[in-house]
Amino acid sequence: MRIFDPHIHMTSRTTDDYEAMYAAGVRAVTEPAFWLGQPRTSVGSFCDYFDGLLGWERFRAGQFGIRHHCAIALNPKEANDPRCVEVLDVLPRYLAKDGVVAVGEVGFDSMTADEEKAFTHQLQLAAEHDLPVLVHTPHRDKAAGTRRTLDLVAESGLPPERVLVDHLNELTVRMVAESGCWMGFSIYPDTKMDEHRMVAILREYGLEKMIVNSAADWGRSDPLKTAKTGQAMLDDGFGAADVDRVLWRNPVEFYGQSGRLLIDDAGADGADGADPAATFQGNSVLRGQRPTGTEEG
Amino acid sequence: MSTREARSAPDLDATASRRLDELVQELADDPRRISTIFPAVARRVARGPADPDDPDGVKRPRLEDQARTALLAALASMWADDPERFTHELAQLYRYGDADEKRAVLRALSALDTGAGMSAVSLPLVEDALRTNDVRLVAAAMGPYGARHLDPDSWRQGVLKCLFVGVPLDAVAELGARADTELARMVADYCRERAAAGRSMPADAWRVLDRFGELGRDLRTAGTAPGVSGTEAATTGRET
Ligand SMILES: [Zn+2]
Repeated sequence: MRIFDPHIHMTSRTTDDYEAMYAAGVRAVTEPAFWLGQPRTSVGSFCDYFDGLLGWERFRAGQFGIRHHCAIALNPKEANDPRCVEVLDVLPRYLAKDGVVAVGEVGFDSMTADEEKAFTHQLQLAAEHDLPVLVHTPHRDKAAGTRRTLDLVAESGLPPERVLVDHLNELTVRMVAESGCWMGFSIYPDTKMDEHRMVAILREYGLEKMIVNSAADWGRSDPLKTAKTGQAMLDDGFGAADVDRVLWRNPVEFYGQSGRLLIDDAGADGADGADPAATFQGNSVLRGQRPTGTEEG
Repeated sequence: MSTREARSAPDLDATASRRLDELVQELADDPRRISTIFPAVARRVARGPADPDDPDGVKRPRLEDQARTALLAALASMWADDPERFTHELAQLYRYGDADEKRAVLRALSALDTGAGMSAVSLPLVEDALRTNDVRLVAAAMGPYGARHLDPDSWRQGVLKCLFVGVPLDAVAELGARADTELARMVADYCRERAAAGRSMPADAWRVLDRFGELGRDLRTAGTAPGVSGTEAATTGRET
């Protein structure tokens, strides 16, 4: 089983997690920029965090055989803090970089006017930088938040196939399916969505534009939920090719729209031995690059 | 491709040169766009080593470094009447750059070296690079610009760091001209420390010690013959 976890916050995970993920088949991840639990109070904190996603975390993942990409954005929660909003001015520098495969996570947390302003602005940035968008839907008042999200996406003029609406459940999946956007499901240990409910949704809605992630972070979460969902699919009678589609080919197709994935066609065994000139769906493969040997503590 | 671009980026093939021309044109339309054009250069122009035996570009700048140098040279001339604006943007490109972009800025410095106003901005960038353990940045920092502008203490520490993280001394510009007795003493002491820890000394250390024979004599006789280069720090990213 080869796995691309399309939404995971590795910055808050340990090297044990990286080892277990690799053993379970994870070969690539996308880490969206998000809230750190402790609120930031300045733009500089964001920039250091973005630098860490692009530098240190990519290097660390590489040491464990996993290709690390990131999505860059001002998250919904901190869009409400005037000390943080100025980060919008430096986002274009980051959105131009290699390995940045989407704008994200953007969207709503508490559905405030400030959140809507930051969300709309960043949908615009995605269009300007030719990037897909990863949209977070709120944990409270989810159905109304998802509806409003889809309205704003439609108003933005972005093609729906360049937008992934995440953290969906049985109550919100239908409206997203009808919108033409990609459907993301975060599989958690006990609340929200679990792998068996996920399998039932795949049975009902099919595999097209379906994305499964662990959304693992510093909270109670499990970075192996992608693999466990794959196993649950097999147990339910799905074939290996179906699992590969949901856990590998779908996220590759979605983020591949950026033209900036750092993976090769095989995906399974990293870059060794493949053609150095190869590209995958127009995405360049970074080779001959030495990891960043920056100091660690 | 203009002569200036050809001088900055001699190893680009025809296709890459044409793409570089397009970026220079985009820049001419609005020079402020450097902030998003510069990070995108490897994707949009070319990526890879100029010399296959030198994948990290420690001796000869990689293709994307050459293209980025050409863009910075073009920007410098577009903003020739406002050099402060140029140096400010240069520092911003380094500050917000990933390791590849930072390396390219460092590589470009010698081509952009125009005087004191420039040094006030660019020397701190070189010093920042030397504080990292990133072989690509350390190598670029010890290029021609560092050789010309680093004070003797910083320059010697830079050479020592090259030995420590495994940057070949071929990457150090003006090594023959700037190496002195004090550097040889530091290198000899470092090699003795490694010998005491039961580790071989970096083969490149002899490139300094050979010129100051008496300082490394004990190392030659102590059975620490030049051999395997010590690059543990670079490959694990960890200070040992
Ligand atoms: Zn998240």
